[in-house]
Amino acid sequence: MNKSRRDFLKKAGMTLLGASGARFVILGIADAEHLPDSGGSGVRRRWAIAIDTEKCASQGDCTACIDACNAEHNIPRIDNPEEEIKWIWKERAKAVFPHQLGNDSPRTLRDREIPVLCNHCENPPCVRVCPTQATWKRDDGIVMMDQHRCIGCRYCIVGCPYGARSFNFRDPRRAIDKLRSDYPTRTRGVVEKCTLCAERLAIGAQPACVEACEATCGAMVFGDLANPDSAIGRLVRTTLTMRRKPELGTEPKVHYKL
Amino acid sequence: MYDGAKIITGLAVFGAMVTLPAWYGWAGGSHGDAPELAPPAHGEHCVESVEFMRSSHMQLLNQWRDQAIRRGSRSYRSSSGETYKISLTGTCLDCHQAKAEFCDRCHNYMGVQPTCWNCHVEPTGVKP
Amino acid sequence: MLEKALDGGRGYWAWVCTLLALIGLGFVAYLHQFNNGLTVTGLSRDVPWGFYIAQFTFLVGVAASAVVLVLPYYLHDFKAFGKLVVLGEFLAISAVIMCMLFIFVDMGQPMRVVNVILFPTPHSLMFWDMTVLCGYLVLNVLISRVTFRAEIQELPPRPWIRPIIILSVPWAVSIHTVTAFLYSGLAARPFWESAVLAPRFLASAFSAGPAILIMLALLLARITAFDVGDKALHRLSTIMLYAMLANLFFVAMEFFTVFYSSIPEHTHHFRYLFSGLEGAHRLVPWMWFSLILGTGCAIGLLVPRLRHQRSSLAFLSAGIVLAIWIDKGLGMVVGGFVPSPLGAVTEYWPTLPEVGISTGIYAIGALILTGLYKIALSERAVI
Ligand code: SF4
Ligand code: SF4
Repeated sequence: MNKSRRDFLKKAGMTLLGASGARFVILGIADAEHLPDSGGSGVRRRWAIAIDTEKCASQGDCTACIDACNAEHNIPRIDNPEEEIKWIWKERAKAVFPHQLGNDSPRTLRDREIPVLCNHCENPPCVRVCPTQATWKRDDGIVMMDQHRCIGCRYCIVGCPYGARSFNFRDPRRAIDKLRSDYPTRTRGVVEKCTLCAERLAIGAQPACVEACEATCGAMVFGDLANPDSAIGRLVRTTLTMRRKPELGTEPKVHYKL
Repeated sequence: MYDGAKIITGLAVFGAMVTLPAWYGWAGGSHGDAPELAPPAHGEHCVESVEFMRSSHMQLLNQWRDQAIRRGSRSYRSSSGETYKISLTGTCLDCHQAKAEFCDRCHNYMGVQPTCWNCHVEPTGVKP
Repeated sequence: MLEKALDGGRGYWAWVCTLLALIGLGFVAYLHQFNNGLTVTGLSRDVPWGFYIAQFTFLVGVAASAVVLVLPYYLHDFKAFGKLVVLGEFLAISAVIMCMLFIFVDMGQPMRVVNVILFPTPHSLMFWDMTVLCGYLVLNVLISRVTFRAEIQELPPRPWIRPIIILSVPWAVSIHTVTAFLYSGLAARPFWESAVLAPRFLASAFSAGPAILIMLALLLARITAFDVGDKALHRLSTIMLYAMLANLFFVAMEFFTVFYSSIPEHTHHFRYLFSGLEGAHRLVPWMWFSLILGTGCAIGLLVPRLRHQRSSLAFLSAGIVLAIWIDKGLGMVVGGFVPSPLGAVTEYWPTLPEVGISTGIYAIGALILTGLYKIALSERAVI
């Protein structure tokens, strides 16, 4: 009790320092203690995913990545599209890259169904707008969700330019096919989204979608963009990849090869 | 000022009404029988002393929560120097397997409704 | 002072009981939402904010509009507003309380709403909106109490209140500006991403607010012996008129910029609202009705005779309120979400529980306002 009171006073005081100064300090509290992922060596990681959409499309209606994510994270299956929960799913390329693909682009490209997920933006608007820091950016670039803190105001959904976030309009428990006990479900009234499998990264595993994709065609590459010698670092530096709506300055970290 | 007597009587009736459950319990003598909690399935001792856990497990769990989710560090060093993995279902419930006879029984007795289990899943794998 | 609110005739009590009944219904509807989640509303993945947030936005404007009385009266010594100022402040108090309730019922996890205070986050506009709204409530309670006390005791108000009154002027502007920033700072939603949004919000607020005050004043003149006087009404109707003209001007600016530049992301939203998109056109009749009604009333108000006659003034004010309410309370929020960032067109319409809860909140506001006006008029011994 006492501790949280002190915390509150401390933060209230910082608030008075003014917007920019306080922003720095308060984010500092959340991020200061180094994550195992960011390593003690002072190396800053920048986790990212690259998706080769042509390879992906060669697998037809493959949903290996989606199924793996849904099972991994106790994602409910809600049939009403207005209330669906989605961390990773497929969208038509024309909707994902409306500026790059016009009516005269190759049909196979326009109509290609490509996986979309949270882009773990370098400069995430969802984090900027959240009034409780229930969503925030970790040192390793992952945009995390703290479902314990979220008040369900949905401002982050309004602020995300990619439709990457889902809100629990109802209790999700009842809509989960196979409940697994080593990952929590969510409760009614909170927002959720892809966390890049932070819980798997913590034990040195790859994100579930990437692992599942590797077992089929290997269209997804996961790694540390800050390391130019990583597979993804080389890929992004040597091939033309695209990111969604780069003009907004959010600096997405999911790269697509069309 | 005006109608002081009426106001005081009203307040007294109100006070009596809102404290009724307490009086009821007291009169029925139900405050005596503390619930019997199921002993842990295995393990010598808890991550901290029994007294501390009894009074402050909520604060400890909050601390674990923030450390694991917000700071991404999932190991806890207890005051006796041992290291534990931070996990409600993996560490706590590994010993306290009978949630219904341990957590729930005392929470029911105390009349508190923690929201942990709205999300965290009891490791039996069956739907609640 | 407060006991004056509990002393009234049959009409008064019938009105209070009606409001209480509506509040009760709203409460039942809220329990339904509380137990089942926001699935009982018409909101969806693509339209995550709807009726509640729109009402909030409209009411912030109503609250801010008290400044159109405070500024002329205290800073320019416009005496004719003397009897009216406290009524404007009371309206602001009730409007701010309704704002807070609308935000509260919109939360997915209402029990955690204190997290906004426990983890203050200055880079979130929502944090600032909450801060300025709370501050505005405190300011108005304090100012109305101190000045009204002084008036009843026939003493000049305490001198220390004057700087606070002056502070309340920019503060009123700030609450609606910050509310506009909630929307206009989002790269994700081109419909709101416009620097003219805050000025437009203020203009529509300074029109709808005085319109509500005029209607309240005319109503009081009918059912009580309290009359604010023609001079105050004339001035208020002039403010309402010019603010509405400014609002329409800003709307025209939006139209020009959006359609002449023809950037698809920007035109889509306006097309959805005014001509429909991909067969979805639920709001089209509403938007046209609002635009025509608002323009028509502004033209009507330009005619001095219509503006000065009480019966026509009442009608025109009602038209202005309705036009702005449709614009802000229906179109403004939903229009920003259609189409979605992925180009999906999902329409929204409030459900019965949503309307019930909103009615309940408006009834709470009306009850607060009734009580406060009752006190004001009883103390002045006009009823
Ligand atoms: S994609 Fe959306 S949810 Fe993910 S970090 Fe970017 S803005 Fe936030
Ligand atoms: S819904 Fe939750 S995560 Fe999103 S902005 Fe609100 S509090 Fe933050």
